[in-house]
Amino acid sequence: METFLQQILNGLVSGSIYALVALGYTMVYGILGLINFAHGELVMIGALVALQTVTLLSGAFPELHPVFLLLAGVGVAVPVCMVVGYLIERIGYRRLRNAPRLAPLITAIGVSFLLQTLAMIIWGREFHVFPQLVSTTPMQPMDGVVVSPLQIFTIVVALALMGGLMLLVNKSRLGRAMRATAENHRVAGLMGINANGVIAATFIIGSGLAALAGVLYASNYAIAHYAMGFTPGLKAFTAAVLGGIGNLPGAMVGGLVLGLVESFGAGYIEHLTFGFLNSSYQDIFAFMILGAVLIFRPSGLLGERVADRA
Amino acid sequence: MRTENTTPILEVRGLKVAYGGIQAVKGIDLQVREGELVSLIGANGAGKTTTLNTLAGVVPHNGGVIRYAGEDIGKLPSHLRLRRGLALVPEGRGIFTRLTVAENLQTGAYTRRDTDGIAADMEKVFTLLPRVKERLNQVAGTLSGGEQQMVAIGRALLSRPQVLLLDEPSMGLAPLIVEKIFEVIHSITREGMGVLLVEQNANLALEVSERAYVMEGGRVTLEGTGKALLDDPKVRSAYLGEEIEELAA
Repeated sequence: METFLQQILNGLVSGSIYALVALGYTMVYGILGLINFAHGELVMIGALVALQTVTLLSGAFPELHPVFLLLAGVGVAVPVCMVVGYLIERIGYRRLRNAPRLAPLITAIGVSFLLQTLAMIIWGREFHVFPQLVSTTPMQPMDGVVVSPLQIFTIVVALALMGGLMLLVNKSRLGRAMRATAENHRVAGLMGINANGVIAATFIIGSGLAALAGVLYASNYAIAHYAMGFTPGLKAFTAAVLGGIGNLPGAMVGGLVLGLVESFGAGYIEHLTFGFLNSSYQDIFAFMILGAVLIFRPSGLLGERVADRA
Repeated sequence: MRTENTTPILEVRGLKVAYGGIQAVKGIDLQVREGELVSLIGANGAGKTTTLNTLAGVVPHNGGVIRYAGEDIGKLPSHLRLRRGLALVPEGRGIFTRLTVAENLQTGAYTRRDTDGIAADMEKVFTLLPRVKERLNQVAGTLSGGEQQMVAIGRALLSRPQVLLLDEPSMGLAPLIVEKIFEVIHSITREGMGVLLVEQNANLALEVSERAYVMEGGRVTLEGTGKALLDDPKVRSAYLGEEIEELAA
């Protein structure tokens, strides 16, 4: 029972980070029908920019409180990622909007390589230790279950961001414009909506979420690295497909479900395979799910079955 | 009827549009004045819808001038033309099917910040189209065709256009609903809005229009008052067919 609760907790931590990243994939897909494979790199850029900021600040002012360092790191990483996300759309994708679908997809992969290489040039190939800005001292609310303030912080921040995004999309003027543009660019223009502006805003919001996810991810694994965006990016993509690509609640549910499946998988894989595989094989679960969803329910858990209505 | 000396708010000269590799519109002139109901009739493929889409900025033109309130708007994207006061209710209505009726109407008022004015115009739309009010919280995709057309018109009105372009508002609708929609069109022109109407149902369009243009193969071949065109033997044989004989009998 304790192991069970512990796995749920671990699953929610990684799942809520996947969900934040998955939202970026699904928002862009919803509005452009494009899988932005460069999205995972924004997680990496967010983490490394935050790390750079924290390192510089704590070097100059060693007595600064960690909370302040964290806020400063986020305060720099989020705008930087927003700008990068905007530039990716403006330079990479906008001209290809009416091109065959393969062209922007290949561009996305190219942008991904480009960003990784740039990060490697700036921050080198080595693994950087990401400082503990939120305490990781384990607490034991009950026997056999260990939880750290960082884990609680991660879940709370991610859920708050998801709630905020849902409010933005469902209740605000911009959110209405986003949904209108997602359904029909041409008619949105006829309503006075600048579709290019709305699409740019979508990339900017998704990139901001990815930056925050990057900081949370690096904090939880205590590591940052130029290629760290690849795995969470791919898993978040899986989560978005699992939930139903283009569907916002789907991305959140998909992220959390994926986190839980991975966590239980890692916890029980040794028993299940009679010791043949251990928990370092946990990544296989994400991709088994991706395969299964694509075969049996390509529209995902919450996606619409019909491709497009009139 | 408005006199000819009022300057037209929408003025098109020598408009040419190439569409899908063919010259769909081959140089047409037309005007719409404030409060004037003008219709554009003609057979399928005559270039009527292409003309409206070009005026609204959905399709680019390759010749001629589109002047709105004295300004050349030919190069503006559609969202900026709407901001000038030129709105299009597109063919097939273009409702956002996944948004609620209320949200559809709100997107119509997207460019406006005057909350009180929007609320007042919303009430006006409800008076004009009571069915829309009943459906306010319903997802628009679940409405009937007629209701969707009403939402599309209400949505366009919420942008407070000076000129409304209407593409086939009667398409696929029951006669009773068509009648209702034409009443609405008539009442909005009384408030000073200019309307350019593309209609398949030429008889109905000519009856309610002050002026009309007949398009054929990308050109305007006839123009005149609605009444004059209704009586024109060429129009009667080409576009009104049996309908007018039934009425006469």
